[in-house]
Amino acid sequence: MTTAAETSSDRSVLPITERYRLLGWLRRNLFSDAFNSILTLVALVFLFFVARNLLRWAFATAEWGVIPANFNLIMRGQYPATEAWRLWLVIYLLGAVVGVTWRLISGQFSGVARLLLTIPFFLMLIPFFSMGTRLNLFITAVASAAGYYIEGYLPIQRRGRAAVYFILAYLVIMLLLLRGVGAEDGPMPPVSPILWGGLLLSLLLAFFGITLSFPLGVALALGRQSQLPAIRVMSVIYIEFIRGVPLISLLFMGQVMLQLFLPDGFPLVDRVLRALVAITLFSAAYTAENVRGGLQSIPRGQYEAAQALGLSAYQSTINIILPQALRAVIPVLVGQFISLFKDTTLVALVGIFDLLGIARTILANPDWLGTHQEVYAIIAVLFWIFSYSMSYASRRLERRLGVGVR
Amino acid sequence: MPLSVCLSVRLPAEQLPAPPFKNGAKLSIDRSTMQNIHASQVRPPFYRDERVLGIFSQVLVVVIVLGLGLFFFSNMISGLREKHSVPISFSFLGQAAGFDIGESLIDYSRERTYLRAFVVGLLNTFQVAILGIVFATALGILIGVMRLSANFLVSRVAAVYIDIFRNIPLLVLLIFWAQGVFLKLPRVAEAIVLPGPIFLSNRGVAIPWGIPTDSWPTYLLVLAAGIILGAVVAYFLREQGKRTGRMPLVTLWFLVTVAAVGLVGWIVLPQPMNIDQPFLEGFNTQGGKILSQQFMALLSGLIIYTAAFIAEVVRAGIQSVSKGQREAATALGLSPAQTLRLVIFPQALRVIIPPLTSQYLNLTKNSSLAIAIGYPDLFAVAGNTILNQTGREIEMFTMIMGTYLSLSLLTSFLMNVYNRRIRLVER
Repeated sequence: MTTAAETSSDRSVLPITERYRLLGWLRRNLFSDAFNSILTLVALVFLFFVARNLLRWAFATAEWGVIPANFNLIMRGQYPATEAWRLWLVIYLLGAVVGVTWRLISGQFSGVARLLLTIPFFLMLIPFFSMGTRLNLFITAVASAAGYYIEGYLPIQRRGRAAVYFILAYLVIMLLLLRGVGAEDGPMPPVSPILWGGLLLSLLLAFFGITLSFPLGVALALGRQSQLPAIRVMSVIYIEFIRGVPLISLLFMGQVMLQLFLPDGFPLVDRVLRALVAITLFSAAYTAENVRGGLQSIPRGQYEAAQALGLSAYQSTINIILPQALRAVIPVLVGQFISLFKDTTLVALVGIFDLLGIARTILANPDWLGTHQEVYAIIAVLFWIFSYSMSYASRRLERRLGVGVR
Repeated sequence: MPLSVCLSVRLPAEQLPAPPFKNGAKLSIDRSTMQNIHASQVRPPFYRDERVLGIFSQVLVVVIVLGLGLFFFSNMISGLREKHSVPISFSFLGQAAGFDIGESLIDYSRERTYLRAFVVGLLNTFQVAILGIVFATALGILIGVMRLSANFLVSRVAAVYIDIFRNIPLLVLLIFWAQGVFLKLPRVAEAIVLPGPIFLSNRGVAIPWGIPTDSWPTYLLVLAAGIILGAVVAYFLREQGKRTGRMPLVTLWFLVTVAAVGLVGWIVLPQPMNIDQPFLEGFNTQGGKILSQQFMALLSGLIIYTAAFIAEVVRAGIQSVSKGQREAATALGLSPAQTLRLVIFPQALRVIIPPLTSQYLNLTKNSSLAIAIGYPDLFAVAGNTILNQTGREIEMFTMIMGTYLSLSLLTSFLMNVYNRRIRLVER
């Protein structure tokens, strides 16, 4: 190299850091000046110690035996083992729903869809899974691929409607399967929600919390923006009150006081439902504030144009204002969904066995004394996987919708 | 009929609206058409009149809400009558509490009243919230600035920190921290000693602590005088800045003045405060101040979690200042430090303040999770212990929620005042 540079002096030769892209990159990003180099060294030392201690803990100190031994508890809580097939059925159908939805919004086989379809195969690699579990995961993958292709055979105009019907049907079927129908000794005996637990319950609480609070939240947001003073004042009071108090106080209040509010002889509302009521009321206030942000971002001209076209207040709200307002706040709503999902852990403090509650029961078992670090680390990782993938998906969606760019 | 068809229908010539401002005759036609419109605009029937509908719907909603409230309330009262002789009464607050509280900032024993216990919990909440806000802000700013660093590695470390802690539930973090870390610290005899000295052991964290001596009150007066002097200096510097157009570093000089007076006072007065350092003695630490495990777990959990959110707020705020501002400042010959202090920071602050307020409020409300790790904060004392002992649900929830609500409203009021002061004044 040097000889070439010496022989042809007219050809300028780049400095060594620019000749190799890796070196150039290192210089620009890590060693651009003395201060930067010191920072890099400090960060490297820091990373080295963190990584060393973490790996040492994960592979030498930690006793992971507690996780496979309690895997069913972590996943489904006290849900009876004889009825586990119903949960698998729910998961197959969920796979199909994911397939159908993805066909609907992507149109072609995009990278994310491929990634989603491979998730069951990755899960099949987990070493301690039984053959039955692996088979079930495989069926889930097949179901989602089937959903994807069957949706593809429908004419494009009818896909949206078909998907909506399918999802609505799924919700009903899911509840029937989980709750059970018929006699105690029939083919699908009822399973009380008290027995639902683990990851299953955490996901269900988050899902129903957000779906039930959404309409209430939109109504409150519209109420807060309303011209009618009585409605506006009541919405403001509700929203500000709920946002001013911690969720834990609402949850405790739900457990202790909900039954007091109901008339004598009213059937006892179970713990899970009481918690769901508290979560829904809490989440609605936050949804309302987020939706209000969207409503305020709509220029006045849209209202005036709708009025000029002769649309009634109802028509313009439903057809003009809300679609634009909600579209603008999709990323914020996803963020709220994530925090609601994380907040469902609080139900563990009122005696419900969600993921965290189950972790506490496992640790109360004398066989697993002192495995706090392992159990809570796994719980944290499970929550992290779900929350992070949601926030990742929301960032992609945001870019795709061009929210904030236009 | 679709709109396009409507528009394509040709109106007969005489129905076309007259072009305005031609002559008086046309104007009169205009006037008559207007009158026609007026005549055709008869009041709609009352069931379609917007004003009537508005009033009607409001009355309907109020009646429904009040009705439901009354229904719940009457059920509640009749339910409570079976439990207590007087359905709602706060008189129990004067009775002896009869339970101990692990830690307290004020004098408390089990003979004191329920009200006193409530105040102890409230002060504990304040303590955690204020310390948490201060440290979380510092850590959050550090990580937010690291996230924007030109150094790839530093920026990635910050990004990973943010992504990890924003996506795990605070409660899991707190319980992990309390039971997986602080509970597993070694016994006192083998305590981890950090420089300071700070002793980390399973009995808590022992730190050096000042013990005020007799001259302490005098020293406080000296400090107050220093602050007044600093304010005077700052006032004159600001006036000078306004006169000359060169603003000196007012805040810095203020701090220097206060520190100088404080230092002189410390030297002149006979030892206003003794520094008490912890040391090992047998199976316990002596001296210093011992921060309980629960307090440290709650505080550090809240700081670590909230700092991740504050870092994002800070990053978004700094990035919201457009690139042109930085370039313009450089073109004007400002140094990088001056650019940051005079151009970037004041503009970023406007974007940062509102979300930062809600993070502070979140931290305060999240401190109620103390109940999970046994720190006696407001909610743990009032919502759990007092409630279980007295069975006074309505009264206790009213007090708890009222307290949190007024804390929230007060904080957002103060932050709104500050926000208004630094707001961009537009024409």
